Amino acid sequence: MSIIRLMLGNLFDMIERFLGRFFPSQWNPMLNLGALGFFFYWIITVSGIYVYIFFDTGVNNAYASIEYMTHEQWYLAGIMRSLHRYASDLLIIVMMIHLLREFARDRYRGAHWFSWVTGVPVMVMMFVAGISGYWLVWDKLAQYVAIVSTEWLDLLPIFGEPIARNFLSPDALESRFFTLMIFIHIAIPLIALAILWVHLQRVSKPVINPPRGLAISVFGLLMALSLFYPAYSQPPADLAMVPANVGLDWFYLPLYPLLETLPGSVTWGMGTCFLIILVAMPWLPPLKRAQPAVVDLDNCNGCERCFSDCPYDAIDMVARSDGRAFEREPLVNLNKCVACGLCAGACPTSIPFRKMSKLSPGIDLPDNTIVSLRDQVELVARGLVGPRRIMVFNCGHGPDLSGVSSDNVGVVALVCIGQLPPAFIDYVLSRDLADGVMLTGCLENSCDSRKGIDWTNARLAGQRDPHLRGRVERARVETFWAGSTGKTQFSAALNKFADSLDATALIQKARSEQSKVTSEGKPDA
Amino acid sequence: MPDTFRYASQFLFFTIVAVFVGYFSNQPVHRHFPEGMAQIKLGFAHGAKRKIDCRKLTAKEIAKLPANQRRPNNCTRGRIPIHVQLILDGKILYDDLLIATGLFQDGRGKVYRKITVPVGPHTITARLRDSKRASGFDYETTRQVVLQPYQNIAIDFRADAGGFLFR
Ligand code: HEM
Ligand code: SF4
Ligand code: SF4
Repeated sequence: MSIIRLMLGNLFDMIERFLGRFFPSQWNPMLNLGALGFFFYWIITVSGIYVYIFFDTGVNNAYASIEYMTHEQWYLAGIMRSLHRYASDLLIIVMMIHLLREFARDRYRGAHWFSWVTGVPVMVMMFVAGISGYWLVWDKLAQYVAIVSTEWLDLLPIFGEPIARNFLSPDALESRFFTLMIFIHIAIPLIALAILWVHLQRVSKPVINPPRGLAISVFGLLMALSLFYPAYSQPPADLAMVPANVGLDWFYLPLYPLLETLPGSVTWGMGTCFLIILVAMPWLPPLKRAQPAVVDLDNCNGCERCFSDCPYDAIDMVARSDGRAFEREPLVNLNKCVACGLCAGACPTSIPFRKMSKLSPGIDLPDNTIVSLRDQVELVARGLVGPRRIMVFNCGHGPDLSGVSSDNVGVVALVCIGQLPPAFIDYVLSRDLADGVMLTGCLENSCDSRKGIDWTNARLAGQRDPHLRGRVERARVETFWAGSTGKTQFSAALNKFADSLDATALIQKARSEQSKVTSEGKPDA
Repeated sequence: MPDTFRYASQFLFFTIVAVFVGYFSNQPVHRHFPEGMAQIKLGFAHGAKRKIDCRKLTAKEIAKLPANQRRPNNCTRGRIPIHVQLILDGKILYDDLLIATGLFQDGRGKVYRKITVPVGPHTITARLRDSKRASGFDYETTRQVVLQPYQNIAIDFRADAGGFLFR
């Protein structure tokens, strides 16, 4: 499992990087899958309502009413119909990639289980909704879908009478099944939407709307497809004929040929096993559960930064319990915390400068403390020599930097780059532990802990507390969001940074020499 | 990368997605039925006679029963298996005993079967035994048909409609 996940993770990294070459990072479609899913859902809803106005809900006239929309009123109802179909196809595509990506990024275990498990019924429902939609057209494809679906359901020994008998011959056909399908087609997506709301309960500030530019492009894609390649029906259903050659929608019906040919024990057995495994995956070995963040009230002033930076809504601010003069204190919800460390990076007491008092942030990860981070920094610094000493802070999901370390390059590992309090950068440079500091991690907008890169960028730019102090020379700090497979790109960026550093470091040295000279020259200054 | 090139690449990307979605939304065509053949679909559910005939209760016996359970007959639950045969041009195409469904075999026996047959003229006989008789059938229907390619002929059974229905 771990190997598959790793390989898939690297594949995603490469695709995201490739798309990143021509998409601005916030527009990258691969980094907006959930939001695109919602976007398609809304398009399906609007077009669905319009199409329903002209749809004849009786089985005998349904086909004709859809033909009317497609051919007579092609300019509106026809386009709506095409939008409805193609947005549904794209919904399935982005949903399945989203599922794979959450798996590949290892975001289905531990506290993430909640979103994962609630995603599974949504997936099933989206398929059921689409399949019931194809049923409503009552063309040859609908006939095929109806027959294969009912025959498959009949394999379960729960129906008194084969329901496939409803599609035995033209005069056996009744409207009741059709009415049931219309109901399913409308009710299931609504239920799925309700579950999606639950799906996002543990994600703070979820991205549910794609950035405008991406939304416009994707809508343009759908419109172009609808105009140049509109959705058509196949010939009308005729129960006196075998629907022998049908054009399938391979996004919704890829398994239908298998349902037809494989024995019921296999299809029902495998289907059930697949769903059970999917739901059980968060608890299957190898289990990985890092210790959640721990609050140390003695060092907490209730500033709420951890609360606003936590990407998983795992912190609540509650009434102060220790009698100190602060109003509130953070409380970590152990079930929601994914141990990303963003809170520790946000805490104003994560200051490495203190030598007298113990370095002890108000909130910290027991497995990866800020103290151990400072120890790492000092250890790495001791090994650095030369004029271009660079300390690299690498996130646990960043590139594999083995072999990058050298006399003048040292690597410090963190859980997430957002775990790094900006004061550490100041510390490294002002204590002359290195000449430059470089931060790396996931690809931009692809942060494994959702917000680590955003918060880091904002902290460095002085837009979010705790911010990097003004006295830090910005030319000596570089960020490069490399992604897990971006070692080559990172190395190139590192070399470039080192070159640029020459200038600053020299200036620095020159300045300090100069200041020594001047202070020696003017002892009274 | 210059901006025009980036926009061109984005356009290309969306075009590829559009072509991909458009194509696989209804192609390639799925051919799942042999060319030049037709199909007979046999499907019905039917309750056979009981294994032990119901016995009429006497007025005295009925009176003895609790008020909410009074009934004219006393029946055991099991039903006889239904013997069904389908014969095409003198050859047996299908021959089966349908066991009644349900825990006590008191439900209906059911069958749903699709059989692929060559096109052209055929004589089809469907017959069924649902009683305790030792030989012969209780229902039998024979039809001459000329099957067209991909034609689907359904054979249903309804005792109240007099037996087999070809449609
Ligand atoms: C059309 C269906 C779906 C939609 C619209 C959807 C939407 C979303 C959105 C908007 C997010 C938040 C992303 C963010 O802002 O970081 C999310 C998170 C998530 N989704 Fe889905 N989702 C869908 C189906 C699924 C399915 C089928 C699964 C897997 C079984 C799944 C698994 C997850 C997981 C594990 C997360 C949490 C990620 C984390 O913990 O950071 N989703 N989803
Ligand atoms: S480590 Fe901190 S920021 Fe991350 S999920 Fe836990 S409480 Fe939230
Ligand atoms: S960021 Fe630190 S000081 Fe502020 S509320 Fe959280 S733990 Fe307390």
